[in-house]
Amino acid sequence: MPSPAPHTHAVIPIAVASDSPGRTLTVALLVALVCSVVVSVTAVLLKPRQDANRLLARAASMMGMTAVLGSGVPQARFVDLASGAYVERDPGSSQPLPADRDRAGLGRREDVAAVFELRDGGRLRLLILPVRGSGYQSTLKGYLALEPDLNTVAALSFYEHGETPGLGARVEDDAWRALWPGRQLADADGVFRLEVVKGAAKGVHEVDGISGATRTSSGVNRLLHFWLGPDGYGPYLARLRAENPR
Amino acid sequence: MNDRLRTLVDPIVVANPVTLQVLGICSALAVTTSLTTALVMSGALIVVLTLSNGIISLIRKQVPSSIRLIVQITIIASLVIVVDQLLQAYLFEISQRLSVFVSLIVTNCIVLGRAEGFAMKNPPGASLLDGIGNGLGYAVILIAIGTIRELLGAGTLLGVAILPLASEGGWFTPLGLMSLPPSAFFLLGGLVWAVRSVLPEQAEPMRDANDAGPPR
Repeated sequence: MPSPAPHTHAVIPIAVASDSPGRTLTVALLVALVCSVVVSVTAVLLKPRQDANRLLARAASMMGMTAVLGSGVPQARFVDLASGAYVERDPGSSQPLPADRDRAGLGRREDVAAVFELRDGGRLRLLILPVRGSGYQSTLKGYLALEPDLNTVAALSFYEHGETPGLGARVEDDAWRALWPGRQLADADGVFRLEVVKGAAKGVHEVDGISGATRTSSGVNRLLHFWLGPDGYGPYLARLRAENPR
Repeated sequence: MNDRLRTLVDPIVVANPVTLQVLGICSALAVTTSLTTALVMSGALIVVLTLSNGIISLIRKQVPSSIRLIVQITIIASLVIVVDQLLQAYLFEISQRLSVFVSLIVTNCIVLGRAEGFAMKNPPGASLLDGIGNGLGYAVILIAIGTIRELLGAGTLLGVAILPLASEGGWFTPLGLMSLPPSAFFLLGGLVWAVRSVLPEQAEPMRDANDAGPPR
């Protein structure tokens, strides 16, 4: 069975394959053509199913949050990120981010984002914000849920990522998710303090990092900074705070 | 044993691509944190390896040797994309956990090694068997390591609790090391050592006499 290792191609007994340029070109073109057709057809045929899976994963991730935090169906609202005001619909437009403000490594940011508010007789009970940003080798996508004081984390959950299995992929582990509820975003002076730290966390502003996944942990840091800052939901959160003073 | 059967069975233990030829190590380490991911990854590799061996063997006489490696890689890459897309459509959650490692089958030396080392010089039937055999050989290793790592690292198998966890009132304290990549190195090293102790002719100095397979 196993035959001698072919170290040079001269010893390979490929049966009479002619190496003429015409033949070479024809074979290359045919192989490329057939392969590209197969790949494209598969991708197009399976896309609807894959999109449905992604939506389902998002919904499941959000349902997981509301299940923990009380009943009720969150309402989707469109928010103009620059002004923080509600708008009727999402125009689908986006703006490039200057590199010095692009902490989450997004490149572009949409003008209007869909947020989810869980209200009880008009009073906000839970706010769910979609967040995303670069981790180690992929874009992390998830939801951050805030308590009505808009300063306490209710949950953080990532529904899509391509981080290293066993390392960065632990952002979706229940054990790590369980570290988030109760963390505080900012201190009494309103300075943003929430941080994923290396090693063990101290105090209400810190969360244990994932060992062996420093860059995923710092990616989570940067995306939270970005989305809770002035280029993210900052204006919207400021408006909500003014609406419901503590 | 007749030749056909040897083509299929030899790579599973005697000429295992992972323990003898030390190919495909990267993914063997990355996806063995749980048995489920190890099984799905094995399945994906078996499908890609079998089909690529079969297809490449079918067209082996038409492919000019100057572009044969490019043709092989094109076919392998296309198969990998198709398998990856299928996983994302039908096994979404597991495909998320496998992340890039399914697409990285393209660079798995076992696949190109068998295409170049076997399928280019053997008829399709034998090439198919060789693909299945080498795929199973890879699968055996992944499943063995995945079983040990999941059992000792999380106390579960296929997500089902086997060893009652101390944190939930049982007696078993998971070995954190098992869920980290170094443990796969230790286990794989131990496995290679065990196989070579039983079959001493596989040890490195004997390699030339005993075929090391394709260049790695």
